[in-house]
Order: sequence, then structure tokens, then C-alpha cells
Amino acid sequence: MVETGTTEAGRQATAALATPEGAPAIELKGISKAFGTVQANKDISIRVMPGTIHGIIGENGAGKSTLMSILYGFYKADAGEIWIKGRHTPIPDSEAAIKAGIGMVFQHFKLVQNFTVLENIILGVEDGALLRPSLAKARKELKRLAEEYELNVDPDETIEELSVGHQQRVEILKALYRQADILILDEPTGVLTPAEADHLFRILDNLRREGKTIILITHKLREIMEITDTVSVMRRGEMTATVKTAETSPEQLAELMVGRKVLLNVTKTKAEPGRTVLEVENLSVKDEDGVERLKGIDLTIRAGEILGIAGVAGNGQSELLEVLGGFATGTGTIRINGEEIDLTGKHSDGQSRRRRGIAHVPEDRHRLGLILDFTAWENMVFGYHADPAYQKNSFVMDNAGIVSHTAEAMERFDVRPPIPTLPAKSFSGGNQQKIVLAREIERNPDLLLVGQPTRGVDIGAIEFIHKRLVELRDQGAAILLVSVELDEIRSLSDRVAVMFDGRIMGHGPVESATQTGMGCLMAGLGGDDVRGMDGWTISDEAAPEETD
Amino acid sequence: MEKTPKWVDVALIPVLNLLIAFVISGIVVLLIGEDPVKAIKVMVSGALGSPYGWGYTLYYSTNFIFTGLAVAVAYHASQFNIGGEGQATLGGLGVALVLLAVPWPHWTIALVAAMFGGALFGAAWAAIPAWLQAKRGSHIVITTIMFNFIGASVLNYMLVNVLRPPRSMDPATARFPAATHLPTFHDIPLVGQFFSKSVPANVSFFIAILACWLVWILIWRTKLGFEIRAFGRSEPAARYAGISPVKIVMAAMLISGGLAGLMAINNVMGEAHRLVLNSVEGAGFIGIAVALMGRNHPFGVFLAALLFGFLYQGGGELALETTIPRELITVIQALVILFTGAFDNMLRAPIESFFVARANARKEA
Repeated sequence: MVETGTTEAGRQATAALATPEGAPAIELKGISKAFGTVQANKDISIRVMPGTIHGIIGENGAGKSTLMSILYGFYKADAGEIWIKGRHTPIPDSEAAIKAGIGMVFQHFKLVQNFTVLENIILGVEDGALLRPSLAKARKELKRLAEEYELNVDPDETIEELSVGHQQRVEILKALYRQADILILDEPTGVLTPAEADHLFRILDNLRREGKTIILITHKLREIMEITDTVSVMRRGEMTATVKTAETSPEQLAELMVGRKVLLNVTKTKAEPGRTVLEVENLSVKDEDGVERLKGIDLTIRAGEILGIAGVAGNGQSELLEVLGGFATGTGTIRINGEEIDLTGKHSDGQSRRRRGIAHVPEDRHRLGLILDFTAWENMVFGYHADPAYQKNSFVMDNAGIVSHTAEAMERFDVRPPIPTLPAKSFSGGNQQKIVLAREIERNPDLLLVGQPTRGVDIGAIEFIHKRLVELRDQGAAILLVSVELDEIRSLSDRVAVMFDGRIMGHGPVESATQTGMGCLMAGLGGDDVRGMDGWTISDEAAPEETD
Repeated sequence: MEKTPKWVDVALIPVLNLLIAFVISGIVVLLIGEDPVKAIKVMVSGALGSPYGWGYTLYYSTNFIFTGLAVAVAYHASQFNIGGEGQATLGGLGVALVLLAVPWPHWTIALVAAMFGGALFGAAWAAIPAWLQAKRGSHIVITTIMFNFIGASVLNYMLVNVLRPPRSMDPATARFPAATHLPTFHDIPLVGQFFSKSVPANVSFFIAILACWLVWILIWRTKLGFEIRAFGRSEPAARYAGISPVKIVMAAMLISGGLAGLMAINNVMGEAHRLVLNSVEGAGFIGIAVALMGRNHPFGVFLAALLFGFLYQGGGELALETTIPRELITVIQALVILFTGAFDNMLRAPIESFFVARANARKEA
């Protein structure tokens, strides 16, 4: 046991206040919250029984995160009550939430980047003025949790060195370390690979078995179906339904979410590849520490086809996009339309890449793709702002022209609200992504680099984005698609390449790709499952599968 | 979504903040045993009560506009240029060298050349910290502060050993030729009749206003300004867009240093008519406060510079006419910065929610 005197006392108090028989772990009664005139939550009531996983599903901007922020004490509800374990428990701040046994794992992690895992874990719950005893205790507890829940993280690594999946584990560990028995996870799998997501679900399952209560916010139907016991659907700030998961279907949930039937599969014709647009030979990239992130990549993409790069996040996909997009350096050869590109340039080369017809929808639209404080119209030309079409004369830009161009593009891409002067940060995730996409697609690029096009995007927008990508392909663009969503890779790509540890483990046509075969390649393994895939070229680096 | 009316945001809140700062300043005056009402009277009449007072107020404001703009431009690229003092010092050196080197036939030509010299020297002084930041990652705050001290020493050396006229005991340059003296407000037709001959405010004031307008164009209308703002908001995104960090840091800092250096056309060329030690008198540092209060917008900088010009001149009068020490003006300046900058959200939140609630109530009615 690791807790201090105070948390021990708190624990006993919690024990004394054990949930009365039959009382829900969490009950929200008539919660309402408005931001200005926008009603983010309207009279919302839910009951979550202890030892269950409750899913909350809804499109971006439906009010899921607002509701959870109220439960965690970040926002104050305008009306309504929060009951925890059968008791009316006002939660004015997150301290009160933690005291009530609520732990939250945010979509955007709240970790100190240059602290170690251990330091982040004890942050705010240190035992005294000296750190050493707290750190030692945390180390022991961490080891226990790691073994119990498969939550392996190196306690002495700094956060910035960790992959996103590992950072999320730290967040979960933080909550568990604080004795949380109600865990809220906000879009936890948005940043995870399928394997990591499976791992997370195993963890959640273990937690449920131990009697912990979990609220899972997501917009992925499959996850809801896979892990939850009950599910609530939110739409435009209202709770439209709460059902038992066993008694519903993905189709029904999707309909409740968007209020109309959605197409989950992409309809596309067979690709008709033309001339070679992109040739990459022996491309290698080293990071700041001199570690090789890309180890001799070879690939080609032809006009009119989509090459999907599958793989667990952090195996070199980001570096591939960065070096192709012109803001990382590397060695090797890249040819676009047969013309070689300089890779050694010390400075950012994004502008000349764009002039050569390479467009790039980056993986992280908040960090790279958009300037959140800039207006929509400023973002609509971001990266292309030097284009002569946007200049009024040789001194000043044609702002008025850009605004009207943006208004048209927003209309075409169904960006809501279609107001060019609104700052990017006031759009929902899906609409932000549409702005980026509009900017990159509208110029009919020869090559489009797309990273995680539908991460954190609602179903309606996913469908729209997928359709646009296929349209662009049909117009003869070459598309490099990087995604950790295997479903997305499978439904959009014409050919698939699987990356592992900075190398392409294998590539081939999407039709013959099997789920297990791709899974093996993503883990760097060869073997029968892989060899069984027709038309696939497998790297010698793929280790033969262990026989047992 | 309902928003607060714009006038509340740009006028009401700053004015209320200022009033609070002044009220607290009044309490401080009371505490040191003086009459705050009299203090205000002295300050207002000293700074604004006569053309003479205005002549000084606007002279100081001119300095602060230049240094305030300098800080603002760098700030848009997220570079905190603390080196306005040193850059203005070197700008003075540039102006003096230009004016002493050539027998200029007319002040207009001399002014153009002096502006070039001042801006060039100021920019050069900013270039070294900028380069260190862009290429080596040395923090711009540290290096620009150090360059203030080095700049003061350079000026000292140049005045004592190089520029001091033979047999002069004074560490200062020779006086500039009369043909290079800028017209003061007294010399300007129509306006001139209101100003007595001795006011220091001069045509540089109009150059400063022009600079405000040009900075506005630069930041919000040009490609370079777009890139500066983009880089200032998000360096990773700027790199993604193909904007070179080195280029932006250098460009923003060179413009910033150039603006600070331009100040010398006012204090050196326009007023002192020679270069003396410590000619900048802290205007470089006040520029930081001016930019902060003016929210790094050229128009805001202009208004804030007027206010600080008033405080500077009024404070001088205060020290002359009462027993209130001159240092009190620093206290008042600090309070103004505190309330308009640091404590801004204190008033903003309740006022904004008041106006939003009112707008909603109206809508429902």
C-alpha cells in the first residue's frame, strides 16, 4: 500500500461511505450548460451503475466533453445535480472530483512534458516537502499496477520521449494512483493503434471486474459494442437515448447519433493507376538524437491510386510524412513526377514542395495543420499564402479576395458555420479538418499526403472526407494515406504498405490483405499468415513467426 | 454567440482599468502625505495644460511610439525584445555619424539619411541576438538585455575616445550643423503659433504616426506579416507551412531593432542636436510597457505612448512643483501596467458577462 496518512484516511472515509445497495455510482440529474447562447448540454440525466462500463457516444460538438468537464469540475453547470454513490455531491472543482473518486483521462493529455513518468504520477499528491519518499512509493505502486493491468511504462522516461499510447497509460496510472474508482476516458482510442486499443480494453475489462465504474466517451461504434454495458447517445447537447448495449446495434446507434442513416463503407471503383507520381528510394531519417526513424524506405505511388500506410503509431509514419512534406531532412532519393527533390535543405522546404504539387494534410491538425488563433480565411491559405493569386500587389495580400474565396470553399466543403472570419479554434474537430482538407485538396495536387484524416472527426464528416479523398483519386491524384485505423486503410486504399520500426515490412493489393496477416506485419513478423497474402511483397526484415 | 460590444472591449475596459490605477496612485499620494487632487492638477496642467506641456508630452510620446512599435513587432513573432534601449542607443550613434559625416544642405535630406542611419544601427544591434536565437537557440531575452549594457559601453567608448571634439571635456559629440535641425512644432505653419519656441516636439512625431500605419500594414496586410504572426502563434505549424524560422526571427528582429533605432531622429536629431551619454533615458524599457498596454497593436501603441508621454511629463512637473518624489511616477506607471496588462481579466470577465446577459435579456424581450 502506498497511500499517505491523508489518503488512507480518505480511503477509510470512502469505505465508510460505501455505495448503498442499488444506488448508481454516478447519477446526473437535469444538467444544463450554456456558453453564451450555445446550449452545450440541455437537461441531461444519466445513471451509471457501479462495476459497469457506460459509453457516451455522439458526434463532435454534441456536448460529450462538456458534460464530462462538468462532472470533473472544470465547468460549473447552470442547472442540475450530481450524485455520486447515492449522495448529492456538488463538484465545484477538480479537487472535489478527485476526492469523490473520479479520475479523468483527457483526449489531450495533461502531462508535464519534461517531467518523468514518476514525477507526473505524484504531481499534486506528494507526501511532503521532500520528493524522494513519494517517488519511491510511487515506483513500487507503479510496478504493482503495471503487473496487475499490463500498464507497462518506464517510470524514469520523460513524457516527451513516450509514444502517445504510453502517455495515455500514464494518465490512467495517474488516476489509479489517486484511488479513483470512477474513471472517465475521453476519446481514449483516438490516438491508439488497434493493438493498443485492444490492450486498453483489456485494462478496462480488468478494472470493471474489480468493481470500478468507467465512462467511455467515444464516437467509434465498434468500441461501444465491444466493451460497454450501457450506452447513451448525445446529439446537439441533448441525450437522445440510453440503451443496454446488448439490445442495440451499430446501425441503430449511428442513426441516433446523426439523426440519419450513414454509410460506413466507402463505395469506390477499382483504381486505374497512371504514370508514376512519387518514387522514394532508400529514404532514411534520423531524429535529433541521431536515432534512425526511417531505415531505407522504398515506395512508389502512381496517379489515380491510394497507397495506405498501416502500422502501429510511432513506427516511422510521422517521419515519412514530415520528410515528404518538406519539414524534416533525410537521406536517399525522392522523385516527384520524375524530378528529384533536395532532402538536405536545412530550412523548411514546404513552400517549394507545394509548388511542385505536393499537398499535405498533417496528422495533427492542431499542432501543424492550423493556427488555432487565426481566422478560417487565414488558415485557408496557410502554406499557400505566397501564391500570386492571393496578392493584391507586390506589397500587400488580397485579404478581401481570400475571404470570399474562403467563403466559397467553406460552402463546397460544408464547413459549419460557414463564416470565414471566425477563428479556427471555434470550429469543431470535424469542421477544422474540413478546412485543412479544403485547403489542400482544392488545388488539385499531384500528390496528397494525408495523415489520420478522420482522427477526432464525427461520422458525418468521416463519410464526407472519405468521399472527397476517393474523388481526388479518381481525378488522377496520387494519395499517400497514413492511418492507424485499419478499417480506414482497408476501405480507402488500393494498395497497402505496412510499416514497422522504420521499415516497410510488406506491401501489396488491399484485396488480398488479411486482418491477421497485416497484424503480423505490424508487429514485424512474417510467417504463414503473411505469406498467404496473394501479390504481397514481404521484406526480408520480417521475422519468421515463432512456431509453438 | 453573443459577444460584448466592441466599444466595451477596446474603450470601456481599458479606461476603467486606468481609473483604478489612478485611484490607487491617489491613495499612495495620500499615504505620503500629499494631496492627490493637487497632484492630478499639477500633472494634468503640467503635461496637457499648456502648449508648452503638450510640446514635451508629445516629444516623449514620439520616443515611446518608436520603442513600443519595436517591442510589438518582435512580439508578433513571439520574440520578446527587451533590447530596445540598446538598439535606440546605437540608433543614436548611427544618426550622429550620418549627420556629422556630410554637410547636409537641408533638413529633409538629412532626415532621410538619419532615419536610414538610425534604423540600420538599431537593426544591426538587434541582428546579433536575433542570429544567436535563430541559429543557436540562445534566448533572446537574455541576449538583448546583455546587449543593452554592451550598447551603453559602446556609446561611452565612442563618445569619450572617438567622437568627442578635441579639447571638449564633455563626453558628447559636436553639435550637429543647424541645417540638420528638425522643425519643432513651433516651426510648423499654423500649428506653430500655439507653441513657444522652446518645445522639443518636432516633425519626428509625424514620422512616428507614419510608422504606426506602416507597422499595421506590415503585420496585417503583407505576406511577411502573415508569416510573422503564424510563426509567433505556432512554430511547428509555421514549419509545416514552409515558413523558415530563421528568416522570420531575423526579419522580425531587424524590423524591431530598426524601429527602436529610429527613435534617435527624435531625441538625438530633433531635440539634443548632438549625441550625449544615456540619451535614450529608459525609453527603450518604457516601450515594453507601451506595447503591453497597447496590446501590440499599432493604434494601441499610439494611445499608450500618449498616456506614457503624459505620465512622464506630468511626473516631471510633479517633482518640480510638489514634494512628491519623481520616483512616484514610476509607481504610477507600474500600476497602470499592472491594471491594464496583468490584471486585465479581473474586470473583463464580470463586465463581459454583464453585457452578454444584457444582450440575451434584450433578445428575449
